[in-house]
Amino acid sequence: MLARAANNLYWMSRDIERAENSARMLDVTYRMSLLPYRVLEEGQEWAEPWALPLVMNGLATAYYARYPGNLTPDSVMRFMVLDPANPASIYACLQSARENARSVRGAITSEMYEDLNEVWLQMREMTYESIQERGFSEFFDWVKLQSHQFRGVTFGTMLRDEGYQFIRLGTFMERADNTARILDVKYHALLPSVDDVGGAVDYYQWGALLRSVSAFDAYRKVYRDIITPMKVAELLILRDDVPRSMHACMNEIYEILRELCDDSQKESERQAGELHARLHYGRTQQIIDHGLHEYLMEFLDAMATLTQEISFDFLGKAREPLTAELETG
Amino acid sequence: MNMLANGPLKPRYYNEMYDGDGAPHTHYADYAAWLSAKPVEFMLQKQKEADTLYARHGITFAVYGDETGVERSIPFDIIPRVIRPAAWKVISDGCCQRMRALNAFLNDIYHGQDIIRAGIIPAEQIVNNKLFRHEMRGINVPSDVYVHIAGIDIVMVGPDTFYVLEDNLRTPSGVSYMLENRKMMMRLFPELFVRASIAPIDHYTNVLLDNLRAVAPEGVADPTVVLLTPGSYNSAYFEHAFLAQQMGIELVEGQDLFVVDDFAYMRTTHGPQRVHVIYRRIDDDYLDPVAFKPESTLGVRGLFSAYRAGNVTLANAIGTGVADDKSTYKYVPDMIRFYLNQEPILQNVPTYRLSEADDLKYVLANLPELVVKEVQGSGGYGMLVGPAATKVELEAYRARIIGNPAEFIAQPTLALSTCPTFVQSGVAPRHVDLRPYVLSGKKVTLVPGGLTRVALRDGSLVVNSSQGGGTKDTWVMEG
Repeated sequence: MLARAANNLYWMSRDIERAENSARMLDVTYRMSLLPYRVLEEGQEWAEPWALPLVMNGLATAYYARYPGNLTPDSVMRFMVLDPANPASIYACLQSARENARSVRGAITSEMYEDLNEVWLQMREMTYESIQERGFSEFFDWVKLQSHQFRGVTFGTMLRDEGYQFIRLGTFMERADNTARILDVKYHALLPSVDDVGGAVDYYQWGALLRSVSAFDAYRKVYRDIITPMKVAELLILRDDVPRSMHACMNEIYEILRELCDDSQKESERQAGELHARLHYGRTQQIIDHGLHEYLMEFLDAMATLTQEISFDFLGKAREPLTAELETG
Repeated sequence: MNMLANGPLKPRYYNEMYDGDGAPHTHYADYAAWLSAKPVEFMLQKQKEADTLYARHGITFAVYGDETGVERSIPFDIIPRVIRPAAWKVISDGCCQRMRALNAFLNDIYHGQDIIRAGIIPAEQIVNNKLFRHEMRGINVPSDVYVHIAGIDIVMVGPDTFYVLEDNLRTPSGVSYMLENRKMMMRLFPELFVRASIAPIDHYTNVLLDNLRAVAPEGVADPTVVLLTPGSYNSAYFEHAFLAQQMGIELVEGQDLFVVDDFAYMRTTHGPQRVHVIYRRIDDDYLDPVAFKPESTLGVRGLFSAYRAGNVTLANAIGTGVADDKSTYKYVPDMIRFYLNQEPILQNVPTYRLSEADDLKYVLANLPELVVKEVQGSGGYGMLVGPAATKVELEAYRARIIGNPAEFIAQPTLALSTCPTFVQSGVAPRHVDLRPYVLSGKKVTLVPGGLTRVALRDGSLVVNSSQGGGTKDTWVMEG
């Protein structure tokens, strides 16, 4: 298919997943903010719950440019939900998703487009006040539901062609990235020292981390135990039966790339294979010994590189001058 | 529903549905009977349904210069416009004839220029015409077809009296609305399609695709056809996407294509793929920054060179604008006689060419009664409808004309037929025109009907969507 069309589908998919992830993250933050939480020590302001959605996405600087010296739930919500200038806001993500879809209407089914268009039309009418009145949790549930619905319509109506594969690829790339970020930031907010790994922990805070990736119930089913940081890391990194874990996502990503490559050798597939193997054969203790933060940072870097390679291999990004395009065919 | 409840039927215009006594014409009898039995709430509900569905489908277009936003829905009116089979035969035969002559004309002026030699058209009309492409001289196009897709604008002033208002031979649009309107009507009123045999139109894209494949460069077994669009911010983007999807071809933008060694390729997920035929919805000027406007970002570098080498076919060909230029329009009946040795089936509207002194004098003296258009305009922009203009508008336009008379033509205000339309005040007559689409390949064909455009504002004669017009489904009865 047309490289640009594949690119639009891939990013449309990432946009929707990002919107869902933001909704999830903000919902948990919001719910947690209704409970009393411990006072932060000096130098730990970044760990303040309302700062975490910003820090996680590398948006702290952008946020403080908008709201200098002012971290309030209200401002963070506005920034992360409705700000059109913030590319990670739910508003901006849905707008971008719809624009991407509109650019390649021929590549998706009419039901998919209508569904997404409808979501956008509704989002466009919302104001902060209307969301507040309706209830933030209601709104976040709505966003999650729209994402599920779009995925359902896609799964139910779309031809299993390359376009479909790129849509799935976008979802899993974004999801894996998101899980790694949440884990990194939350883990460190809640566990500043690696010595604390085996110790007593705040049930509610760790529960919140798990809920933000819809893995709370999964944890209880798998471990039937109190929450421990090491098991949380294992669940979200290595277990491939948890849909939002890095391993589960990487399973899909690797398989999709293998299918897309078919017989040809492509760098993106090779890199995905490498990443997949590390997750498939990894052990939790190794990760802890290496340093969870370091591990996750490496993973995120590798994902950024993989994103680039996918662009070069399939999505029309030029690696070399024009005539080389013909030679490598 | 009482059709006369909203006032007299304006008998001085031909009403396509009702005669002077309020009785429906024969070809509308069935529909009129059905309509009169429907309560107004039912029709209102259906109109609302149509509007919602169109919005949800995203069947929109952008109006240049409109501040309210990027997209708008084209208003669709749920009362169909029915054409008698006998009338359609005349229109259809007339359009085919016209297109054969126009294609012959284009082939001629880009080769031997016999029609100029024969003294029928003055050389300056062609050679000095801004839209004549000297680069096309001597280039042979597959099957000698220049205009693969044409939209001929026709008005009806009486039951058997038609005029061709203008020819659209560059990038005519609107066919997607024709097709979507039919689908919408079938969805809203399936019973109407059971009751009557309305000639189907959904084979349009099949015929078009066949024609496009047939004009691929020689020797290509399975040609790759693509549709080249300026992009999603173009006012007709919905149509580009729709047509590409219906034909099962890729919708590409300039950035997706590249030319190497005079061969055209598109960028796919698995590398470059050769392209053989391009249905291009970009104007000549913007097609190739090397050959034409260098500042264009919409085109493909080197595309004209590939075209000249015969390695890629463009539909419509480059340089067709000289034939749909409003000053060339006057000569179309002569073309029919010259190339086909036939009398024109469809009449031209009497046209004054302001480049001629006598015509200019007449027009300036009678401006409030005339319609004046820019010679190279389109979309209804930049025109003057004398009877509807204010004193200020008339004076302003007069100044424009005096400034450059050769840029304008004028025509008498035609008494466009009207068709009942569901407007805010109820059902009322509104002026309509017709744009049938003519497909030329190995044969010249039309799908029955075309796009009916309706001027939604009371008394308005301007039907263009860009100026507030709407559309209707057009029915040609079978048998």
